[in-house]
Amino acid sequence: MPFGNTHNNFKLNYSVEDEFPDLTKHNNHMAKVLTKEMYAKLRDKQTPTGFTVDDVIQTGVDNPGHPFIMTVGCVAGDEESYEVFKDLLDPVISDRHGGYKATDKHKTDLNFENLKGGDDLDPNYVLSSRVRTGRSIKGYALPPHNSRGERRAVEKLSVEALNSLDGEFKGKYYPLKSMTDAEQEQLIADHFLFDKPVSPLLLGAGMARDWPDARGIWHNENKTFLVWVNEEDHLRVISMQKGGNMKEVFKRFCVGLQRIEEIFKKHNHGFMWNEHLGFILTCPSNLGTGLRGGVHVKLPKLSTHAKFEEILNRLRLQKRGTGGVDTASVGGVFDISNADRIGSSEVDQVQCVVDGVKLMVEMEKKLEKGESIDSMIPAQKAPPL
Amino acid sequence: LNLKMNFTAEQEYPDLSQHSNHMAKVLTLEMYANLRDKQTSSGFTVDDVIQTGVDNPGHPFIMTVGCVAGDEETYEVFKDLLDPIIEDRHGGYKPTDKHKTDLNPDNLQGGDDLDPNYVLSSRVRTGRSIRGFCLPPHCSRGERRAIEGLSVEALGVLDGDLKGKYYALKDMTEEEQQQLIDDHFLFDKPVSPLLLASGMARDWPDGRGIWHNDNKTFLVWVNEEDHLRVISMQKGGNMKEVFNRFCTGLTKIEELFKEKGHEFMWNEHLGYVLTCPSNLGTGLRGGVHVKLPNLSKHEKFGEVLKRLRLQKRGTGGVDTAAVGGVFDISNADRLGFSEVELVQMVVDGVKLLIEMEKRLEAGQSINDLMPEQK
Repeated sequence: MPFGNTHNNFKLNYSVEDEFPDLTKHNNHMAKVLTKEMYAKLRDKQTPTGFTVDDVIQTGVDNPGHPFIMTVGCVAGDEESYEVFKDLLDPVISDRHGGYKATDKHKTDLNFENLKGGDDLDPNYVLSSRVRTGRSIKGYALPPHNSRGERRAVEKLSVEALNSLDGEFKGKYYPLKSMTDAEQEQLIADHFLFDKPVSPLLLGAGMARDWPDARGIWHNENKTFLVWVNEEDHLRVISMQKGGNMKEVFKRFCVGLQRIEEIFKKHNHGFMWNEHLGFILTCPSNLGTGLRGGVHVKLPKLSTHAKFEEILNRLRLQKRGTGGVDTASVGGVFDISNADRIGSSEVDQVQCVVDGVKLMVEMEKKLEKGESIDSMIPAQKAPPL
Repeated sequence: LNLKMNFTAEQEYPDLSQHSNHMAKVLTLEMYANLRDKQTSSGFTVDDVIQTGVDNPGHPFIMTVGCVAGDEETYEVFKDLLDPIIEDRHGGYKPTDKHKTDLNPDNLQGGDDLDPNYVLSSRVRTGRSIRGFCLPPHCSRGERRAIEGLSVEALGVLDGDLKGKYYALKDMTEEEQQQLIDDHFLFDKPVSPLLLASGMARDWPDGRGIWHNDNKTFLVWVNEEDHLRVISMQKGGNMKEVFNRFCTGLTKIEELFKEKGHEFMWNEHLGYVLTCPSNLGTGLRGGVHVKLPNLSKHEKFGEVLKRLRLQKRGTGGVDTAAVGGVFDISNADRLGFSEVELVQMVVDGVKLLIEMEKRLEAGQSINDLMPEQK
């Protein structure tokens, strides 16, 4: 955050003991990893934009965490955070992303033609399909740390890029601060509108500063491609539609992303990416592809089967309620999506979803007929690396 | 270092078009351009000062300040912004004005005989900042803990009527917590976006705590919105006793800090320096909970209070409504008047308000009692 002890020049007058946060009641990735020795080593460092280790960890200090949900407890303020504070972030990344090592390489594959199948998920079961990711614009600080000028520049570039899209991507930008009541109502009805963050996890990282300045929502006329500007990341990109044609959703996702990227590159502001971490985003949990691809699918019988969790685990999928990450399912309808983010490519992850959901729908059908699914239980899919 | 200086003042200047707070009234683009590359010795910038005001546009009826200080120097380095705000907030107080401090309780006349049939309780509070440390929006954990350590040491020496105990927020037992809640002493992590946006809740509850004397008439909050908040209170209408204890306690605490080589932040222009510009000067709010069911319905009630330089609140605090005709009546001013003067206004004013209430009870007029504008 740009306020607080993050750029307090007096703090180095105090010993490491005096400055080290009390993490005794904490249960998040940062608290598991940050030792006094590590803090001592990092506390006088900063990135070129002035982000310090206290900035990185503030959200984790202020939010001790939950016994069941392991939050990350740190954020990046810029691209260099992941380098300058690698002693802290590499172990956090490894712990969060299934053992991903500091020397591992991440694959990016946004060639939708490499996806096999995915156009025939049974619409009697699969109600909708969606793929989302985030992107950060090189040369600008990230939402916890950026200035108003930077945020506005990201908005300007984004709107320019998005407004140049045509065909199925032709659309319109709605800045949060000048939205009419009618536009707001429509965006709410479409479930597109995002609001000022209320989560203390985000507020504690300074992401809501200057709200709603330079924040906005862009979507195409068909309402199948949506971009959030300056919410938790510079850009959040979402492709979606009703029914089970994940292939079409993924194609639109890849094509749209690549078109946007070209335009940013022309302005010498490509996306933040490197061969170790893939796409760089604010939260370490979203590194790699930053991709969550999933469906809303009816699995009333399978979801009550004793092996449901095990099946998901082996397929490297996770379940959520249809209201989002912390909700319960309603009427046997689940949000099923990929569990991994880093170490496997976009194509790999969406393939997991397509293949896995296809199998689960078949299992559901078998259970409807009163038949056993024991012969269909899959082997454990290999982890990304 | 920071990328923001690569952008122009226009590009960085906040959008204040929807805003209604003191900062937004004062901060022009030119002023922002002049101040944006400056910082105090501890690194506090103009963006730090104004962030809370940018994030909280304000209310059409309630004029919030919209800025905070991160250290003592803030009021000097950013005087171009803060002087006009102080002037607007504190009734025309000029940059050249001098503030009087008077914590001699013997100078208070009367105040020991407010009618307890009307005055239910009396209270005086203020804040103090410890020189050499950054203020709550900006202090580090090490600084905050040092303030706590010093404060606990100083308070631990108090004896007699002031002898008491410290309850650190993070080590409190359930019983202690319940007792403090029952006594209405416990303060909680701030939820107001005005405070959160300025960074005051960082590292909660580290370094925070409550100290009170055994008699529960003298209470100190450590590292909440200011380094120290000091409160003296008791049931009934003996404001003189409350003020006596307030002054004695404060003076003792100040001596103890000085013995350790630390003073309170104070200067002859701004008086006691606190985090929020609205609390400069005395930082003092002295008041009573008083029953005024008839007077409060009189059409001249607002005017009477104004002339007496008093303000009314509900008994739940600054944004609450009165219940059962019981009001919290306190001094409206903070800066430009001494502690004795402000408490004198409360004592004299409340005495008059009760006389008026008794007249109205008897069905008589209060016209001859109307005061002049103080």
